[in-house]
Amino acid sequence: MKPYYSKEVIKRFTKPKNFGKIKNASAVGKVGNPRCGDIMKLYIGVEKKRGKEIIKNIKFHTLGCAAAIATSDIICDLVKGKTLKEALKVGYKDVVDSLGYLPAIKVHCSFLAEQGLKDAIKKYEEKERKNIKGRQN
Amino acid sequence: MRKVTKNIYMDYAATTPVDPIVKRTMLPFFSEKFGNATALYSFGQEAKQALEESREKVANLIGAKPQEIIFTSSATESNNLALKGVAFAKASTNQGRHIIISSIEHPSVTETAKWLEAQKFKITRLPVDKYGLINPKDVERAIRKDTILVSIIHASNEIGTIQPIEKIGKILKAKIYFHTDAVQSFGKIPINVNKMNIDLLSASSHKMYGPKGIACLYAREGVKIEPILHGGGQESGLRSSTVNVAAVVGFGAACKICKREMGKENRRLIKLRDKLIKGVLAKIPGSYLNGSLKDRLSNNVNLRFDDVEGESIVIQLDLLGIAASTGSACSSGKLESSSVLSAIGLKPQQVHGSLRLSLGRWTKEKEINYLLKVLPGIIKRLREISGKL
Repeated sequence: MKPYYSKEVIKRFTKPKNFGKIKNASAVGKVGNPRCGDIMKLYIGVEKKRGKEIIKNIKFHTLGCAAAIATSDIICDLVKGKTLKEALKVGYKDVVDSLGYLPAIKVHCSFLAEQGLKDAIKKYEEKERKNIKGRQN
Repeated sequence: MRKVTKNIYMDYAATTPVDPIVKRTMLPFFSEKFGNATALYSFGQEAKQALEESREKVANLIGAKPQEIIFTSSATESNNLALKGVAFAKASTNQGRHIIISSIEHPSVTETAKWLEAQKFKITRLPVDKYGLINPKDVERAIRKDTILVSIIHASNEIGTIQPIEKIGKILKAKIYFHTDAVQSFGKIPINVNKMNIDLLSASSHKMYGPKGIACLYAREGVKIEPILHGGGQESGLRSSTVNVAAVVGFGAACKICKREMGKENRRLIKLRDKLIKGVLAKIPGSYLNGSLKDRLSNNVNLRFDDVEGESIVIQLDLLGIAASTGSACSSGKLESSSVLSAIGLKPQQVHGSLRLSLGRWTKEKEINYLLKVLPGIIKRLREISGKL
């Protein structure tokens, strides 16, 4: 029988590398799972380089179970240094695969990480559009 | 694999280890004295004698007569038998279809009640106060002409609150059948079914240092219940099945030890419990006790912490070798948070941060000290990760 949580989940849960806040973050994604009540905040720092927007820095705060903390931590590693376009291709399956496995009942924690990232990127893009509009006016 | 440095069990409310004396008493009944207790030859009679002696020990613990004890396989079965057994016995004679339960019952009562509701029985669920206590007056007010049964848990499996069973019993005396799920209190605090006017009572062996797979329903002489299992007519026709004599012997032995040790053990556990509670509340800001301090089982501690989630505390404790549990949805197989903690008025977020530590026969003071040493750090760390969202 496999342990309830994989080695990677336990490692990420006990020693998360990416928790904390980014001051002056480009955007903050905030998602909550109504079924189990976990709340996740993802802070992204976006840098523009040769017309590309790159996630230079990403951090999280998560109130939740071991799985929610582990998925938060790993998604940061999965998208750091990627362009926004590339980051949007990272889905919950990538999160689960990188953690080895998640108990079936905890797979929703990986959705949470995916949604958190997408929410942060969406908010960033909305802000950018407003800025462009502002400049045009 | 996980690195476990200690081996501290603080989940006695979930289950308990079998006492070595109990285990020794059981052993001859597996391969030597293995007879079927209904058989007339000596193998059978030997088993029958052990069965009846054990029945007496179980009955003795609650002031009942041996013939009032029906052995079952689990307290879940006992609760099913009590509720469905009374419901069908009363309905078949048109005496009513209304049942009163509390809002902090174990799932084996709430789910059975829900099932009975689907069979056109009417269920009233009584509220509790912030300590988890039922007001006996609420019981009185809920009684209707067609009320056939009141079922109230004696002590909460989650927050350890002990209900005023004797007062409720007085109200119902000789009018309406009174059942109590006494799984957490049986063997831990004095129970007298006559003094408390209890007609039916469920108890389980594995919560009091006996083996799993054996439990009982006490049913007062003259109380009519329909059996759920039909067959060979064992247990006075109320629970057909070959009796698991080895387990019954273990259950009996466990009762005997609990009866003898109860007073001393309670005093010992109350000291440890209060040390734990006071220690946590003093050392950890944003920590609270769930339930009552006064009307509380000697072995139950249920706490909650702001800005942390219970499952993550349980996993952190497990990594340090401490077994505990939580009412958080994240740790339940169905992702549902504790209905008991909701019933005492806690918000979902507060239920989310709950931690139950239940003590028992082998809990030592140094284990409490160790918990008090490591828990503040765990909570602090998890709050850093949550950023106090």
